[in-house]
Amino acid sequence: MAVEVRVPAILQSAVGGQKVLKVEGRTVGEILDRLEQQFPGIKKLLLDENGEIRRHINIYLNDEDVRFLQRLDTPARDGDVLSILPALAGGQDHALR
Amino acid sequence: MVKMPVNVYIGTPLRRFTGNQARVQVEARDVAEALDRLAARFPGLKAELFDEAGRLRRYVNVYVNSQEIEDLAGPNTPVRDGDEIAVVPALAGGAAPRTLTPEQVIRYSRHMIMPEIGGAGQRKLLGSSVLVIGAGGLGSPAILYLAAAGVGRIGVVDFDVVDLSNLQRQIIHHTDDIGRPKVESARDTVRRLNPDVEVVPYNTPLTSANALDIIKDYDVVVNGSDNFPTRYLVNDACVLLKKPLVDASVFKFDAQVTVFMPGRGCYRCLYPAPPPPGAVPNCAEAGVFGVVTGLVGCIQATEAIKLILGLGEPLVGRLLLIDTLAMDFRTVKIRRNPNCPVCGDNPTITELIDYEAFCGVPVLAQS
Repeated sequence: MAVEVRVPAILQSAVGGQKVLKVEGRTVGEILDRLEQQFPGIKKLLLDENGEIRRHINIYLNDEDVRFLQRLDTPARDGDVLSILPALAGGQDHALR
Repeated sequence: MVKMPVNVYIGTPLRRFTGNQARVQVEARDVAEALDRLAARFPGLKAELFDEAGRLRRYVNVYVNSQEIEDLAGPNTPVRDGDEIAVVPALAGGAAPRTLTPEQVIRYSRHMIMPEIGGAGQRKLLGSSVLVIGAGGLGSPAILYLAAAGVGRIGVVDFDVVDLSNLQRQIIHHTDDIGRPKVESARDTVRRLNPDVEVVPYNTPLTSANALDIIKDYDVVVNGSDNFPTRYLVNDACVLLKKPLVDASVFKFDAQVTVFMPGRGCYRCLYPAPPPPGAVPNCAEAGVFGVVTGLVGCIQATEAIKLILGLGEPLVGRLLLIDTLAMDFRTVKIRRNPNCPVCGDNPTITELIDYEAFCGVPVLAQS
C-alpha cells in the first residue's frame, strides 16, 4: 500500500528536503508512523501530545480533510495522495514578530 | 407591411460611430430591421450592438417611444412612421454610475464586449468597492488589476513604508517610492493607471479597535496580510460583518488561495489555531519567489471581480494549492465546521478579541 505523501515547502527540511515521498501504510496513522521511522521528529510537528492532528495543520487524503473522514484511522489505498497543509501567514515581509 | 421611415436616437457613447449624429433616419418594419440597417450604414456600430452570434448585447438598451423593447416584443417590436427608436448603453440603479463616459466606454471596451460583463457589469464594477489588506506582494497586483478593471473604490490598509527589498515583488511601488508610506505609493500608482478609481488609504495597522469600522464600508475583502494575528482578525471581522473574504498566503514557491463566503465556512474552520510562535518562518527568513505573489494576487483579484459580477463559480469550499516549481494547481475540499467558534452553530466569539494574545505574539512593532 504505497501512498504518495506531499510535503509542503515549510516542512521539507524535516524530511531531508524531499517534496514527495512514497510511504507504506494501511491508515493515515500508519503512514505517519512509517514517516517518523524514516525521519524522526516529523510526527511531533504534525500531532500534539495527545496524538491529535495539530490545529494549524491539515492532513488531506486525496481531496478530503481526514478530520471529516476517520482522522488517523482513515484507511489509505494504493496510489492515494496524502497532503500535509500547514497554515501559512505570508504574503509580505514581516510575518511573526 | 411597408417600410416606414423611423428616427433612431443614438446614445452619446455610441455617437463616435455615427459621425457624431444624434439622430439617424432608417426605413424599417421592426426594431431588428432598423438596427440591421443602422449597423450596415455605420460598420463600427455593428460590434457595439451585436455579439458574434448576432444577438443584441446586454449592455445596449433599445427603446421604442421611450419603452424598453424587452417590455414590448423585443427585436420583433414593430415600428411605424414617426416612431422613435433610442439606442443607448444600459442604465442601472444603486451606487453604480447610470451612464459611462465615452472615455470609459473605450477604456473598458474589452470587458463590455463580452456579454458576461457588458455595460451593466462594467457599471457594477465602477459602483463596487474592495478592501485590500496589505499593499505588499499579494496586494500590489490585486490592487492594480482591480483598479484596471474599474472597481470604483479600493481601500488599502497598510502601515508600512516602501523598502528596497519589497520591490522584487511589490509591483505597485517603484524605486523612487522607497521610504514613502505604502498606501500613498499605491494611491499614486492607481491614479496614473485609472483616474476612475478612488483609493482610500488607511495608513494604520488593522486592529480590533478599527477593523469593523473599516471593513463595513466595502463589498469584498481581499486578504494580503502577512501575519497570523491580522489573518484571524480579518477573518473574524468578515464573519461578523458577513463580508466575502478572498484569502491567500504564500510560502517560497507555494501558495494557498480560497474564498470564504458568509455562512459557508471561514479561516478558523480551515485552521482553528495558528502555529506556535516561531514554528513557521516568515518571508524575510525563508524568502519568497516574487512572481508567485503576482500570480496569487491576480487570482485574488479574479475572484473578487467574479464575486462583484456574480460570474462563474467562486473558489468557495475549495482550497487552491499552487506549487509553482511543479506548476501544479489542484484543489482540495474545505468545509464549514459546525463547531467553529466564530461561524459555527453556537459561536463563542461574537466580537473581536485580542489577536496578538490569541496568536501568542508580541504587539506589532512599527518597522
